[in-house]
Amino acid sequence: MIETPVQAQAVVHRRSGRSNVVYDSARHRMSFLEEIHETWAYRDLLVQLVARDIKSRYKRSALGIAWTMLNPLMMMVVLTLVFSSVFRQWDTHHYPVYLLSAMVLWNFFSQSTTAAMSQLLWGGALLGKIYVPKAIFPLAAIGTGLVNLVIALVPLMVIMLVVGVWPSWAMLFLPVPIVLTAMFALGLGLALSTLAVVFSDVVDMYQIVLSAWFFLTPIIYPESIVPEGERLWMYLNPMYYFVNLFRLPIYEGTLADPMTLVVATVVSVATLALGWVLFTGRIDDMAYRL
Amino acid sequence: MTQTPVEELITLTGSQEGEAPAGPDGDVAVHMDNVSVVYRVPHERIPSLKEYAIRRLRGQFTYEDFWALRDLSLTVRRGESVGIVGSNGAGKSTLLKVVARIFRPTQGRVIVRGQVVPLLELGAAFHPELTGVENVYLNATLLGYTRKETEARFKDIVDFAELWDFIDAPLRTYSSGMAARLGFATGTAWAPDVLIIDEILSVGDDAFQRKSRARIRAFQEQGSTVLLVTHDPGLVQAVCQRALWLDHGQIRMDGRPEEVLAAYAAR
Repeated sequence: MIETPVQAQAVVHRRSGRSNVVYDSARHRMSFLEEIHETWAYRDLLVQLVARDIKSRYKRSALGIAWTMLNPLMMMVVLTLVFSSVFRQWDTHHYPVYLLSAMVLWNFFSQSTTAAMSQLLWGGALLGKIYVPKAIFPLAAIGTGLVNLVIALVPLMVIMLVVGVWPSWAMLFLPVPIVLTAMFALGLGLALSTLAVVFSDVVDMYQIVLSAWFFLTPIIYPESIVPEGERLWMYLNPMYYFVNLFRLPIYEGTLADPMTLVVATVVSVATLALGWVLFTGRIDDMAYRL
Repeated sequence: MTQTPVEELITLTGSQEGEAPAGPDGDVAVHMDNVSVVYRVPHERIPSLKEYAIRRLRGQFTYEDFWALRDLSLTVRRGESVGIVGSNGAGKSTLLKVVARIFRPTQGRVIVRGQVVPLLELGAAFHPELTGVENVYLNATLLGYTRKETEARFKDIVDFAELWDFIDAPLRTYSSGMAARLGFATGTAWAPDVLIIDEILSVGDDAFQRKSRARIRAFQEQGSTVLLVTHDPGLVQAVCQRALWLDHGQIRMDGRPEEVLAAYAAR
């Protein structure tokens, strides 16, 4: 306040510690390690991107955050009405919880992998203008998905109480399947965005894959209706393990067997590592493509 | 001003990882060594995976290489301000993008010492639904600053943009001039080691333009290196002590602004 406007202009603020940084275009042998380092330096941007997505989603709608609550509730009612009679021979009593618990996880998975592609394509306009570590965009998509997942747990709890499934201590285990699914989604999202940068039809093709994948995973139907002879496909489907890991603590109040946990962990770590290496290997090329 | 021997600089930087080499070469800000940038332009655009698979199988796959920069070598010393002129497609913007590490050169080597801030199309990242405050944070973190650093400079950013009355309104309610002012104020809130300007100094009204030039001058006075691309010869004269004329991705002329601009005008 004491400064006059003229003085204020002459004051130049420098950042400390950055003047020693040297960028050398010839030094890029380990791009998958370099990108981890770069992404960490831009972690505040990650938070801003997630905040932007969450805020812009809710800002202009009158019902705001209530939409995330209403949407699953409405779908719940419809699906329960339709499928309760179809699966009558089976215990339909807690069907809404059986369905919604898996739906919450599936929505997180399908939305965040799709968003990983569109985030990078959105960022594309920007990536031609300034340097930003590119992995930030798929990461932000998963981050936004995680926030929405946590919000969606609220209507899930409401339905549990309405239907009469009492929350058990096993639900404290839920962060484990959430983190594992997020890692799997990130790995897949990175691989898909690597492709989507070059071929724009990948986004549409993936939507078709997703809808088939949804019905191949025991989400709306009980596992027991799959004939013995055709279970191999179910066991080869990674989402089967993630869904079980997430659903059992909610629906039955028990933990999944250790084998499910092992398979899910191996699949998620391997997918993330593979996706990361694939993505960072093409990173120099992306600026030209976007 | 003596030119730094190229070999000496390379042995110095090549031997160390991440740290600025000490000694006399510490005052080289940008060093480009035989840099080429090649864009691969397909004869037909192949946007879909399906299409690609079909072409690949039939062996129909033709493209042309476009050399945006060709064997370009350049050394810019710390604190030097260089204006770059040339016709469209001469490689001016590509040169800036290589220095800003947006493109990695196809051949050759680029070494940039210190933090680079590109003022290319300010506010490109603005989000219309977010408020001015939120957009300042988004833009500053996109430039690599932390939330804390932005917080510390926030008041000055809004002061400079003169937007206190609108800072809580969503950006879609801003005029394009207001958005540009906010973008400039955010991008220049910190003095960068290397400032890259692509045709954007004409932001806002006369008063704001004077103010933004004064800020660039303050940066220069305290040691920032400036690379400026513009079609305005007056601006090169006013801001730079050195000018480059780029032609077909190569340096046609390098020297004092009045000489280079005269030669460029007489081409």
